[in-house]
Amino acid sequence: MSDTYEPIRPKAGPIKELFAPVAGFGVTLSSMFKPVVTEQYPRAKVAPQQRFHGRHQLNRYADGLEKCIGCELCAWACPADAIYVEGADNAALPQDGSGVPVHISPGERYGGVYQINYLRCIFCGLCIEACPTRALTMTNDYELAGNTRAGMIYEKQDLLAPLAEGMLAAPHPMADGTTATEYYRGDVVGATAAQVAWVREHRPDDPTLDAADAVASGTAPVPAPLQHELRPDHGPGEAERAAGAAAVGSVRNGRETREVTA
Amino acid sequence: MGVEEAPSGFLLTTIEDLAGYLRKASLWPVTFGLACCAIEMMAAGAPRYDLSRFGMEVFRASPRQADLMIVAGRVSQKMAPVVRQVYDQMSEPKWVLSMGVCASSGGMFNNYAIVQGVDHILPVDIYLPGCPPRPEMLINAILALHDQIQQAPLGVNRREAAAAAEAAALEATPTFEMKGLLR
Repeated sequence: MSDTYEPIRPKAGPIKELFAPVAGFGVTLSSMFKPVVTEQYPRAKVAPQQRFHGRHQLNRYADGLEKCIGCELCAWACPADAIYVEGADNAALPQDGSGVPVHISPGERYGGVYQINYLRCIFCGLCIEACPTRALTMTNDYELAGNTRAGMIYEKQDLLAPLAEGMLAAPHPMADGTTATEYYRGDVVGATAAQVAWVREHRPDDPTLDAADAVASGTAPVPAPLQHELRPDHGPGEAERAAGAAAVGSVRNGRETREVTA
Repeated sequence: MGVEEAPSGFLLTTIEDLAGYLRKASLWPVTFGLACCAIEMMAAGAPRYDLSRFGMEVFRASPRQADLMIVAGRVSQKMAPVVRQVYDQMSEPKWVLSMGVCASSGGMFNNYAIVQGVDHILPVDIYLPGCPPRPEMLINAILALHDQIQQAPLGVNRREAAAAAEAAALEATPTFEMKGLLR
């Protein structure tokens, strides 16, 4: 056993030894010819995975009625206590006296107040699993930064899916001869002529009327549900802004302010 | 006489724009991570998301040289004085970004060990939800903060804005007295 250290690797030749001090620059130089890995985020948004847990959305049926029935199962499932729901009776909506019940969601109840506090929400998706009507789902939208605590509590009108072209803004009666079961099974594929007629009688200025009329008369295809865009320009869709937040209900506006103009 | 003492008026508005532009373009965050959000913050600084595109790659190890505090993670009661001291050591003008739900409101840790929102101890300029927020979300929040900085007033206007903000804060319900989801 000798006392001197003998490296196992052979010693470098004279040329390799000469360039050894600057050999590291080779890494830098070669990386100049490799593709750039940086995502140019604000200019080009890379879409997240399809099942990414982004901000929530309250969905609608094809005729514009809301899917949320105000059962509070999402609020119960929430581990961070970020969701607040108050159910309300469809029967308590202002009725027109003709005996045709007015609805915001099919069945007995709808979500009167629906709030999600995004400063508590951890996007775990347990609320989505708990939802019995698939009313609550998650979108891929993740741009949620805000300036105030209060502003980070999204109200129902911020969470509702935008009305797709051809959907009729709620409240209005359910499709003729249906129950909540038919809605749940997906048998209702668009607004019916009776619903359009009802809205035309009670809210003649409703901006969704013409498109819904086209669907009901068969001249337009049935509406496909919309999702919030990656950068939504803030909350309610065009039709809802025009109809006023009163049509969808919230805490700020108070449920008392909601009324069907006769 | 510095820019801060210049008289208000037309000239100052132009200076405000310029100063805002310069300030927002070289925001230096303090190296400060408390929990899992800090991992995403590091990812935002790494090549794939590359915060240096916005002049922010230098995470300063000394609060004296930093002007943005990214509170990344849950703030325990024991950590709160430390967070406050780091903030106090930063030089004006300075901004606070509350990253993630734990820093913003306590998140799912609604218990006695965690400060229920870092705004109990610091003036927060922008809140960022998410658990943890992905790097894009952090960049989005930072860009929103850049907009705020760009529009921030200077000199007399700044003092007036600060006085107005303080008056409004004294009128408002304190965070610890808030009820419901705001708690």
